[in-house]
Amino acid sequence: MVKRQREKQRVRKQPGSREARRLNLGDLRFGTELLKRGFASMQKGGVIMDVVNAEQAMIAEEAGAVAVMSLERVPSDIRKAGGVARMADPERVLEIIDAVSIPVMGKVRIGHIVEAQVLEVLGVDMIDESEVLTPADEQYHIDKRLFTVPFVCGARDLGEALRRIHEGAAMVRTKGEAGTGNVVEAVRHMRAIMGSIRGLKGMDRPELTDYAREIEAPAELVIECAERGRLPVVNFSAGGIATPSDAALMMQLGADGVFVGSGIFKSSNPPRMAKAIVEAVNNFDDPKVIAKVSKGLGEAMPGLDVHKLSEDEVLQYRGR
Amino acid sequence: MDVRIGVLALQGNVSEHIGAFERALAGMGHTDQSSVFPVKRPADLERCDALAIPGGESTTISRLIDKNQLDEPIRRFPGGIFATCAGMVLIATRVDDPKVRPLGLIDMTIDRNAFGRQKESFETDLPVKGLLGGPFHAIFIRAPVATQTGLGVTVLSRLPQGIVAVEQGRHMALAFHPELGGDTRLHERFLKNLKI
Repeated sequence: MVKRQREKQRVRKQPGSREARRLNLGDLRFGTELLKRGFASMQKGGVIMDVVNAEQAMIAEEAGAVAVMSLERVPSDIRKAGGVARMADPERVLEIIDAVSIPVMGKVRIGHIVEAQVLEVLGVDMIDESEVLTPADEQYHIDKRLFTVPFVCGARDLGEALRRIHEGAAMVRTKGEAGTGNVVEAVRHMRAIMGSIRGLKGMDRPELTDYAREIEAPAELVIECAERGRLPVVNFSAGGIATPSDAALMMQLGADGVFVGSGIFKSSNPPRMAKAIVEAVNNFDDPKVIAKVSKGLGEAMPGLDVHKLSEDEVLQYRGR
Repeated sequence: MDVRIGVLALQGNVSEHIGAFERALAGMGHTDQSSVFPVKRPADLERCDALAIPGGESTTISRLIDKNQLDEPIRRFPGGIFATCAGMVLIATRVDDPKVRPLGLIDMTIDRNAFGRQKESFETDLPVKGLLGGPFHAIFIRAPVATQTGLGVTVLSRLPQGIVAVEQGRHMALAFHPELGGDTRLHERFLKNLKI
């Protein structure tokens, strides 16, 4: 019922100006699945960068980022600070929105419906329901179909990715392990998803249905993956990308694009690192270009061994 | 006749454009020798009869055009150009934002993100001048408009916010995304205009 009311609100007549009537325009539809997935599709082949203020957002835009992710602290600082990590201050988000013309995304806690409503009102272009922040709900994710803005969600394997898509996510990003500067988990999760999809090839319908039960995903989405040979939405890589080579590696493994969190603004020369990662993603299959852009970049962000993290420090276990 | 279409593959909605042109070519009964392929380098451009510049982020694509030294080759490209959304921004002569360096191939002034942010993105049925078969279901995503066009530019469609579809010679520019729907009438119209 609530859903139907929302749907209704999202269809608007053209503003009643005489010109609009003369142009004989139909209804306008907002927040449809096609618009949400279409927005995500426009990000393909791009780099989305974490930023905490307007100055960083402008550096990211200048370097060629397709979008920026506004947040209170980059993941490596969230690790250091401890405590509860929440949505960024709205004032900060607005400052970033005003500073750049590229899309601005924002992170909310898993299951925190109201933080998402606040970001939507502020005008954020996409919401990341993110395990990097402290979860607000350990059982349920947000019902993302109720929103006009699209969502991106993290996933470690095909089942998790398809559960998020079923809830309305218009984009998936593999979780990796944020704030570590260590690409190993990003690789593990990308390989898990791509490998599972490759494994669907040759399965007949009963086998696909059985497999869907096994990975706790809706059967129709598993069948759609089998038919298309890919996820039904755009799939980016995230969580541990610290160098141009890391970014190109994720592209070679099948990512549609990358999120870089701490990797840029925790390096010794953020503007150069940002530009180098954009070029590496664009030329991910050309090692000569990657060699060139990697020269003399200075220090990458300090890395962490993910095997030495205690269980409650591992962010990827949040949400499933 | 066979026709070779390149899709500028620097960033954005590349595979959808390739798919839409393949469907349009098949619908028009073109031979198997026709092909649609990604274009990344100046050498790729030499093989093309037409070039599609897809949607994506215009500031990013503009920067990558410069980095990949495609700026001059595209300006000198003798074939037709099919530009959508970010492509429409890039193909214009004037853009309201200095972060984009437009290629100056269609005489028009662009207002980027004229409709607002993503929550203002919309779908609608749009009348397009001279298009048979009724209005075109158009998908506008953080779309631009043209606020001014020069002589020699034909306006195909407009909304209260501005002009959203134009033709100039063999070039076509659209503020919306025909590659996201199943309707290939505008792709076909562009291909017919190439007169190959």
